[in-house]
Amino acid sequence: MAHPPVFAPESPEFIDSPRRIVVRRTRADHAFRWTTRGVAILVLGLLVAIGGYLLYQGSSALDRAGWGFLTEDVWEPKSGTFGVRGLLTGTILVAIVALVVAVPIALTAALYITEFAPRRLRGLLTSTVDLMAAVPSIIYGIFGFFVLQPQLIPVSRWLAVNLDFLPIFEIRTIDVKARFVDSQFSSSLFISGVVVSTMVIPICCSVSREVFGQAPPGEKEGALALGATRWGVIRAVVLPFGRGGMIGGIMLGLGRALGETIAVAMIISFNTDFSFRILDGQGSTISSLIVLKYGEADTESISALMAAGLALFVLTLAVNTVAGVLVARSRSGKSTEI
Amino acid sequence: MTVTEPIVRPGPDAPPPAPRPPEETRVALRRVAPDDIGVALGAAVAGASFAWVLYGRILPVSGWQGYLITAYASFLLLYAIATRMRLDRVAASDRVAGAVISTGAALMVGTVATVIGYVFVKGFGRMLHADFFTATQRHFSALSADGVAVGAAHAVVGTFEQMGIAIVLSVPLGVIAAIYMNEVGGRFAGVVRVVVEAMTAIPSVVAGLFVYAFFVISLGQGFCGLAAGLALSVEMMPVVTRATEVVLRLVPNGLREASLALGAGEFRTLWNVVLPTARSGLVTAVILGCARVVGETAPVLLVAGGSAGMNWNPFSGVQNSLPYFIWVNYKSPSDELNSLAWGAGVALLLIVLVLFTLARLIGGRAPGESGRRKRRRATAVAKSLTPEPTS
Repeated sequence: MAHPPVFAPESPEFIDSPRRIVVRRTRADHAFRWTTRGVAILVLGLLVAIGGYLLYQGSSALDRAGWGFLTEDVWEPKSGTFGVRGLLTGTILVAIVALVVAVPIALTAALYITEFAPRRLRGLLTSTVDLMAAVPSIIYGIFGFFVLQPQLIPVSRWLAVNLDFLPIFEIRTIDVKARFVDSQFSSSLFISGVVVSTMVIPICCSVSREVFGQAPPGEKEGALALGATRWGVIRAVVLPFGRGGMIGGIMLGLGRALGETIAVAMIISFNTDFSFRILDGQGSTISSLIVLKYGEADTESISALMAAGLALFVLTLAVNTVAGVLVARSRSGKSTEI
Repeated sequence: MTVTEPIVRPGPDAPPPAPRPPEETRVALRRVAPDDIGVALGAAVAGASFAWVLYGRILPVSGWQGYLITAYASFLLLYAIATRMRLDRVAASDRVAGAVISTGAALMVGTVATVIGYVFVKGFGRMLHADFFTATQRHFSALSADGVAVGAAHAVVGTFEQMGIAIVLSVPLGVIAAIYMNEVGGRFAGVVRVVVEAMTAIPSVVAGLFVYAFFVISLGQGFCGLAAGLALSVEMMPVVTRATEVVLRLVPNGLREASLALGAGEFRTLWNVVLPTARSGLVTAVILGCARVVGETAPVLLVAGGSAGMNWNPFSGVQNSLPYFIWVNYKSPSDELNSLAWGAGVALLLIVLVLFTLARLIGGRAPGESGRRKRRRATAVAKSLTPEPTS
């Protein structure tokens, strides 16, 4: 019985070619694949349907309003004049105030956790950040309404009196030099922004903590060996390596701040005026518009609200997408080998 | 080869032996030196006093907020000066940066502690009151006489039922979608991933508005607990999917390959290897998803309304919930309802804290690491299998 030559690498006619891999799936595997694929299609369909429904409902309102949707201040869907200029400005101003308060706290806290905290404290502080993210926004809302607001009124007043040369701190509706005007400083965009900052801090902090923690240890040790102090290491290694992720974390916080609803609705006094003056008690946000106006149950009002919700969704989606790209880029391919 | 130095006896004229270099000590990066603490304390006292002088006399500030800011600024200045007098410029800037960074961490912890502490102080006593979990608002109005039983039982029931609906709807879908993305894969999985990422951006109020317009108005179902559950699951599903995918990605590929090499099919591998390995992480993902949505107010406000009395049936009629209860009552003119709102806040925080602690206890382990009980059982089995050593 002649065996075929099984293994003869020296022979000239031997050609090394990869084995063909054949996958034979069992019936259970096929069922598994099709079930999971079906569920994924269902999830995708649901999510696309939500987006599509928003788009469909909102677009009919957008047709009626036209470009006025972006330039109009009043909200009277029944008469066909409605727009989000004032609300959009208010939304963005609240988010900016929130970021101005939250970002320094979040970044320094993240740096403390990764670079300064003793090992045992590190776990505890990380849990604290996660817990802060898990506290419901209505809790921050009542805290902001009863505790922060009374404490922030003197601050608002001080800003209005001493920094009124800056347009955003200007006051037009009341005479700030008069006595007994404190209550008129309540319910402003500024105070809402400070309350929202308590919800931005944990998001921003946990993302930047993660990114700072991934700074290459070899380069940190190299900096230390060259005589750098801890601050030197942070400035030379940690911050440059974490810059993309840091900005991504800030933008994720911005996305959260733009969509925050209930805490703002608890603080703000609703009106749709267009104003850049954050202390003046004017302006409001899109999300509080939805919460406060959804009860007007005729079709036009609902589809106008849908259009406003769509505008908000597009805004947060854009911010979150950019943030996601930045964070993902900072995580990939940046580790160095030593 | 060793070189032996000739022993030289130091004569009277020989130079003294070179001084040995001092013992090297390990640098503790994360420890603060005691003298730094002393200087910082001194600077803090000096800063507080300096600000006290500045404060009323020179600067245009008032109130404790102004005082605190002035005091902190003067503390930093004095600390910088004092450290600069002791150390060089580089070390001094390190100490000052350390002080600023520690302040940030302290502010964050302080904020969390103040919020949670304040809500507990205001509401804990009211929540412990027996009526809170047994009575509803049905027989109570702002002008009721004293002694009418009033509580938030209806809100507690509503919150749990709506949460339950959201979990039943979103967890299976979310987990299976994540399994598809990670275990089956393919080009379509990328599309699902992008859309799920996009949906995490949807603000909760917009999710609520969608359910309101589609389910409550267009389908004519009216306000009910089911609608709230739907709105919450729209919020929860992307969160669960993303968290599950992260957990599945942590399962080492070697385990999957080993299982496939032993002849197991894909489903067997998933069921017997991947899911058990990732179990603790999966539970954590679900729990964190729950903690995320339990306090969502805007969607339940839009679609479930709020009943004054108990409504056990989530499929018809308005149903109250803890966030809605707080939203309606926190500014109520009635002291009774006001304090009940704080009690509801404590109840909500307690639910979040319990979920959070559970997630920490379960999720503290790496994938595949077993708990204490399982380890003990495994040791016992191993002992019973090893033959007794014969002497």
